[in-house]
Amino acid sequence: MEAERGSEMVNNVMCLLTNPEGTPLGAPMYIPQSAGPQQLQQMVNTLLKNEEKLPYAFYISDEELLVPLSTYLEKNRVSVETVLSIVYQPQAIFRIRPVNRCSATISGHAEAVLTVAFSPDGRQLASGSGDTTVRIWDLNTQTPLFTCTGHKSWVLCIAWSPDGEHLISGSKAGELQCWNPQTGKPSGNPLIGHKKWITGVSWEPLHLNAPCRRFVSASKDGDARIWDISLKRSVICLSGHTLAVTCVKWGGDGVIYTGSQDCTIRVWETTQGKLIRVLQGHGHWVNSLALSTEYVLRTGAFDHTRKQYSSPEEMKKVALERYNRMRGNAPERMVSGSDDFTMFLWEPFVSKHHKTRMTGHQQLVNHVYFSPDGQWIASASFDKSVKLWNGTTGKFVAAFRGHVGPVYQISWSADSRLLLSGSKDSTLKVWDIRKRKLNQDLPGHEDEVFAVDWSPDGEKVASGGKDKVLKLWMG
Amino acid sequence: MPQGDYIELHRKRNGYRHDHFERKRKKEAREVHKRSAMAQKALGIKGKMFAKKRYAEKALLKKTLAMHEESTSRRKVDDDSHDGAVPAFLLDRENTARTKILSNTVKQKRKEKAGKWDVPLPKVRPVAEDEMFKVVRTGKRKTKQWKRMITKATFVGPGFTRKPPKYERFIRPSGLRFTKAHVTHPELKCTFNLEIIGVKKNPNGPMYSSLGVITKGTIIEVNVSELGLVTPAGKVVWGKYAQVTNNPENDGCINAVLLV
Repeated sequence: MEAERGSEMVNNVMCLLTNPEGTPLGAPMYIPQSAGPQQLQQMVNTLLKNEEKLPYAFYISDEELLVPLSTYLEKNRVSVETVLSIVYQPQAIFRIRPVNRCSATISGHAEAVLTVAFSPDGRQLASGSGDTTVRIWDLNTQTPLFTCTGHKSWVLCIAWSPDGEHLISGSKAGELQCWNPQTGKPSGNPLIGHKKWITGVSWEPLHLNAPCRRFVSASKDGDARIWDISLKRSVICLSGHTLAVTCVKWGGDGVIYTGSQDCTIRVWETTQGKLIRVLQGHGHWVNSLALSTEYVLRTGAFDHTRKQYSSPEEMKKVALERYNRMRGNAPERMVSGSDDFTMFLWEPFVSKHHKTRMTGHQQLVNHVYFSPDGQWIASASFDKSVKLWNGTTGKFVAAFRGHVGPVYQISWSADSRLLLSGSKDSTLKVWDIRKRKLNQDLPGHEDEVFAVDWSPDGEKVASGGKDKVLKLWMG
Repeated sequence: MPQGDYIELHRKRNGYRHDHFERKRKKEAREVHKRSAMAQKALGIKGKMFAKKRYAEKALLKKTLAMHEESTSRRKVDDDSHDGAVPAFLLDRENTARTKILSNTVKQKRKEKAGKWDVPLPKVRPVAEDEMFKVVRTGKRKTKQWKRMITKATFVGPGFTRKPPKYERFIRPSGLRFTKAHVTHPELKCTFNLEIIGVKKNPNGPMYSSLGVITKGTIIEVNVSELGLVTPAGKVVWGKYAQVTNNPENDGCINAVLLV
């Protein structure tokens, strides 16, 4: 660096490299203006002493740098006399191909498919339907594997345990059922306790407890319940919400977040079920919650390398490692989408007040989702648009328009470069985050698309809807 | 000692008459006919009283039957799992959106491709020319008879201006012009007041189609954008065909059925 400062032949600019949290990487330094993202990437890798070279993306005042510095300075008329602060963002070292074709249309369900979910390792797929069955599909042959019957009403939500050993489904009659995905048999009797339908299920993170035993379910009757699958009963009932609980998330720090139609979000402690915080601010129902670490919590120890683990302790260790890497030293962030057309970004451990209020949608926000690296927030709204927000500050970044009906669900690809949305207009669309444009339009469903999921290994996308078929898409 | 129970006494001693049960059965079988004859003959207050009694009897009978019938309300859980399943995030919103959607666009497409429409009114009454048109006599002596007035409902485009009277062969009276139609969706069973885009086909002849005459059985094109229909590719459908089911010239409104 010293040599560069000395040389007078090229135009230099004083730059300060910082990480997304704002911690500077070394002192400000002179960088030749001819340097582009590639040179910067090399520099960051050297400065951080990375053994294997990682890809980085660079942002100057929230705008990605794609050209050499000189072009950027010229175009945006930035003064060369002040220190230019450049934020570097680590990117996924693997790249996921955008899905562009329908590889299989599997019929089998006799009613609308209400929910689909890939297992954390991406090898299995389960779907819940209005015909009261849960089906587990064989991804290699793309055929039905098991049909799990046992529910008495529509299966509204399913959730895989982070170690992939259990599958929980909740129905409209209010009972939960645990299934063994290897045999397709129910393990134990239905778990009864909720008086109305189940709105969400979330497992305890693997790095807190391995093997997975506990999960939390939210119901229309206003309660959330913590269940233990080895005791096969409800351990704790979290009651306090005055209206239906719409979503529930088990955070990585061992607390439970519940969002409700009574406009509040409550934070619960999990050993005794005590209420820690009430987050207020929304003017209408809270529809959806998302955590910045959600992706890591969902996949547990599994990552893109497809490593298999032998013991639960090993899995726990790896999961903890992944979680800590993901979280960094910043607290866990949470975003909530509401019927009042706005979203709030919270840091529940820091304060009970929201960090940012994100406005812009013209209809209710139905689904919010953090990107796997926590850098972006995507929101799906009934105003037919999907919006992209900065995951740390909550600033608006881009709006994706193209759907002609309300957008129901969204899902991220594992490398955070692509976003998938499913809509009432019977199409799925894949959006490119970097170009902020539509990447793929995937028509094919004959009716509304209720559920979409991108497999954690990134190879497949599953979608289900009112036309009763499950579609698998591939790149 | 009472005198009247000699029958019981006799039965006690000798048992029933050999034909007793046969007679009893026949008498009971005749009873309904007797009652019916009585009901038909009874007049005035007698008839009223009889009807009231019979009504009370029947009501009681039905009540008893209902009481013993298998209860359906008790099996609550099974009732819930009927069709029309929606995901959890739509459960509380059902009522708002349900009436306006349709779907199954592929099915509609297939039907359109099948060539001729399979229309709700396959046959229409032919309308004669002298019923369709009224001859308007012109000229100073009213001897010229080339002008016609259309006596049926018509549709003219939004930017329509009449021709000068000298050249206007067909008069479409403004009182019989329509811009909107009540269109029923056969699957949703609900009706929308939709704008007419054009007259696709009048079964009475191509001339009537081009004049925009709307009679019973005419195929009209309506603007369905507010129904929110989409094509399989995700584009909004805005024009769809509908068949007129009433006689607009008599009713003063157009009722139609959407062709899906």
